[in-house]
Amino acid sequence: MSTRFFGDTAVLLGRSLRHITRSLDTIITTTIMPIAFMLLFVYVFGGAISTGSDAYVNYLLPGILIITIATGVSYTAFRLFLDMQSGIFERFQSMPIARSSVLWAHVLTSLVANLISIVVVVGVALLMGFRSGAGAAEWLAVAGILILFTLALTWIAVIAGLSAKSADGASAFSYPLVFLPFISSAFVPTDTMPGPVRAFAENQPVTSIVDAIRDLLAQRPVGSDIWVALAWCVGILVVAYLFAMAAYRRKIS
Amino acid sequence: MTTDRALEPAIRVQGMEKSYKELQVLRGVDFDVAPGTIFALLGSNGAGKTTIVKILSTLLKADAGTASVNGFDVATQPADVRESISLTGQFAAVDEILSGRENLVLIARLRHLKDPRAIANELLDQFALTDAAARKVSTYSGGMRRRLDIAMSLIGNPQVIFLDEPTTGLDPQARIEVWNTVKDLASHGTTVLLTTQYLDEAEQLADRIAILHEGRIIVDGTLAELKHLLPPATVEYVEKQPTLEDVFLAVIGDDGKGGNAGNGPSAGSSIGTEG
Repeated sequence: MSTRFFGDTAVLLGRSLRHITRSLDTIITTTIMPIAFMLLFVYVFGGAISTGSDAYVNYLLPGILIITIATGVSYTAFRLFLDMQSGIFERFQSMPIARSSVLWAHVLTSLVANLISIVVVVGVALLMGFRSGAGAAEWLAVAGILILFTLALTWIAVIAGLSAKSADGASAFSYPLVFLPFISSAFVPTDTMPGPVRAFAENQPVTSIVDAIRDLLAQRPVGSDIWVALAWCVGILVVAYLFAMAAYRRKIS
Repeated sequence: MTTDRALEPAIRVQGMEKSYKELQVLRGVDFDVAPGTIFALLGSNGAGKTTIVKILSTLLKADAGTASVNGFDVATQPADVRESISLTGQFAAVDEILSGRENLVLIARLRHLKDPRAIANELLDQFALTDAAARKVSTYSGGMRRRLDIAMSLIGNPQVIFLDEPTTGLDPQARIEVWNTVKDLASHGTTVLLTTQYLDEAEQLADRIAILHEGRIIVDGTLAELKHLLPPATVEYVEKQPTLEDVFLAVIGDDGKGGNAGNGPSAGSSIGTEG
């Protein structure tokens, strides 16, 4: 059964990767908003924001990467919704394949697409003066956090894709995710925020994730942030996965 | 063709019930389909035809009753059922972004068959899609999509094929092409369960016809048996006017086999008459 699962997932992954290479505009659209935010914050607001670090783009990049992923996963919900609507999802489900491979192929496709988007955004940040002295170990740790975060958000996208009634509805779930970084330490330090906002900002997942990535890239000791960040990622991942599976079972019962 | 298998129905449905929330769609459906025959489930929109097909293809679970396909229980042996069947849903379930050939290769790979490309090429040829094989499916006409859709369902030679309203939305030519394919399938021993709301389609294709109405099968029999339900035919002499379909097909110079031009050895062989 497990060999069938891996084989079927690989075949279906090949299928949806072709969707991505044939509509590269989804990658471009995914990166446009984060890049626009980055330009806006670095060249318009950045001068007035005091973060205490050398270059504002260094401070900003982790939050921008979070926004990139939040935008990117909405395409997973969209693609899954289209599969449900076109009937090809039912065709796959009525075939002698490992059924869960249909969902896993979408999830892995999301991972690949988001990693490409992240590379594009980091490339633009480098052009804008982003620099990091981080070594391979730090970059690997950053990649690990981003992969876990992408998987967590992608399973939320699967819930949306499975339960949406329209294509717009399928991708609308990502709007709050895109704005979550604004009420966090992603753009400005939380110190100046009024009490309740600050309490929210300091205790929501984006802050710990952003702080951990920022410290890793700046080669500062990460402290407990990284564990809080990992706990959030794994926690969201597990809960979203369980809800996605429940939504999936509702579809096929 | 009389083997032990032939004695056992290819599809058996007994007391099948299904509700969506308060809406009771199926209220105890019973029917059997003999192997290698075409069985038409006739009913108006919303009669529950698609629900039956979805339960038999393990996409939905029935609330009550039992159903088996190819001797396997749909509730307790769904993997074996999926191994035996192919589903062609109400809307052509093809991947629009892939080409026709890629769609066929994809299904052949998922069925773990050897040499997916050769299988794809053979079916492209049989369904007269070779010229369009490398094009994205989003550029295909409705008839081409349906042909590709059915071709995808034939991969792996499943013993039982479900066709849910296979000709809805097709033009007359494409419709006749689909009919030829279905007859051809049954002549090669495949069991076909098709749903339709077109009476002539059931009349043309089916060995047995069941009429589904308000969640129950109200009549089930051969065309001749169904005709016996009414008083004997009275003989009337009427002028034979060509139907608009006859006119359409005559004017465009097609006898309904055009789409299968350049066909393989097996396609379109069931309608013997040449126009």
